[in-house]
Amino acid sequence: MSHSNVKRKPVGKMVLMGVISVTLYALLLLKQDVINEYIGQGGMYAFLPIITAFLFSFVHGTFTGDFWTVMGVEAAKKKKEVK
Amino acid sequence: MHDIAQVASNFINLDIMTISYLFFVGFVGGLVSGFIGSGGAFVLTPAMMSLGVPGLVAVASNMCHKFPKALIGSIKRAKYGQVDVKMGIVLGISAEAGVLYGAHIQESIKKSFGEAGSNLYVSVAFVVILAIVGGFVLYDAWKTYKSGNTNEEEKVTKLALWVQSINIPGTMVYFKCLNAKISVLFTIPLGFATGMLAATIAVGGFIGVPAMIYVLGAPSLLASATELVIAFVMGLGGSFKFALHGLVDIRLAMIILAGSLFGIQLGAIGTTYVKPFMIKVVMGTIMVIVLFSRGLMVPVYLSELGLIQTLSEGTVKIMKNTSFGIMITALLLGAFIVLRAMWQGKKAEQLATQEAYEHGKI
Repeated sequence: MSHSNVKRKPVGKMVLMGVISVTLYALLLLKQDVINEYIGQGGMYAFLPIITAFLFSFVHGTFTGDFWTVMGVEAAKKKKEVK
Repeated sequence: MHDIAQVASNFINLDIMTISYLFFVGFVGGLVSGFIGSGGAFVLTPAMMSLGVPGLVAVASNMCHKFPKALIGSIKRAKYGQVDVKMGIVLGISAEAGVLYGAHIQESIKKSFGEAGSNLYVSVAFVVILAIVGGFVLYDAWKTYKSGNTNEEEKVTKLALWVQSINIPGTMVYFKCLNAKISVLFTIPLGFATGMLAATIAVGGFIGVPAMIYVLGAPSLLASATELVIAFVMGLGGSFKFALHGLVDIRLAMIILAGSLFGIQLGAIGTTYVKPFMIKVVMGTIMVIVLFSRGLMVPVYLSELGLIQTLSEGTVKIMKNTSFGIMITALLLGAFIVLRAMWQGKKAEQLATQEAYEHGKI
């Protein structure tokens, strides 16, 4: 058996990031009126959507990355040799 | 400012169907972007507008999902050694200038010729650029396929060799993806054109990626990955500009991002399984199909401007729906080619591993 086959999958991390991601999305949708009101004003509130985007991309990006790993969808091991 | 505030207050109501629709389009768009470095945006903006989102809010929200998506995609592809960060930043900065200039041109056209004039300009730009660049990319991919050299390293074009041979003191920069020094006097106009196209048709990568391949001499895989850095730089600047006017609907942007982050990771993984010319196949195919989608809209705008006979309301509706349908088809076909190529690559790898294992046992 090759060592890559026994590599542990990041199930725990995926679940944790998934829960945080769902929480963030729930908050965004539950508090959408307040959020839209602030972001819609523009000006100094312009930082809000940018920070939100960075935060979501970090949490949800980590979750989706781990999701594919756990599903067994990973990069080719030796790309050059793939015909 | 009052108008802007009015637009900003025009955020649509979201229901489960709308959320699912945006998530799905985001996923497919992300899948294609992860693979070819761009794409998806040309469908997302009209997709949002079809839900009743005002045009400017759709453009702003699309941009606000684009930069975090590009960030995650570029980090993923950097892990595979496919990203030239320096090239991405250098091109990205000049692309930012191109975005501002492109937006300025758009505003001037809108002021002089109205909404239909602006739409006509966008559609003509789509058709002309996609016909020339998309046709060339697809022809090049076809040539590689016919020659049977799909596994060989890509050849640097004569134009790129010439660009790399020019030495202009004080402007030379080494780029990892070219393994050569080139003058930034070549990269600046290319970045600028990428930005201008992004401001016009929302997909700068349709210029950026082919420019890096054919004009600068970057391999397809590296060019498409580096495009994600350019998209990040452009998207971040553009999103902030729109956010200053309160035009970003963060809910739409984040819902699309939810789908597109699943897609972009998958698209990025896909690049490790395919032969480099597949990047050109997917990009060229999408570009050529989208060309027909936009081409179909040209008579509609010409009619609105009174330059040809007025088209009936029914005809306009059919043409608009067909145009949107063709665009969705282009994206789905692109996603299908990516998934198929990835599936075949994975199967080939499994087979090779199995054979090597069996061989080892004997």
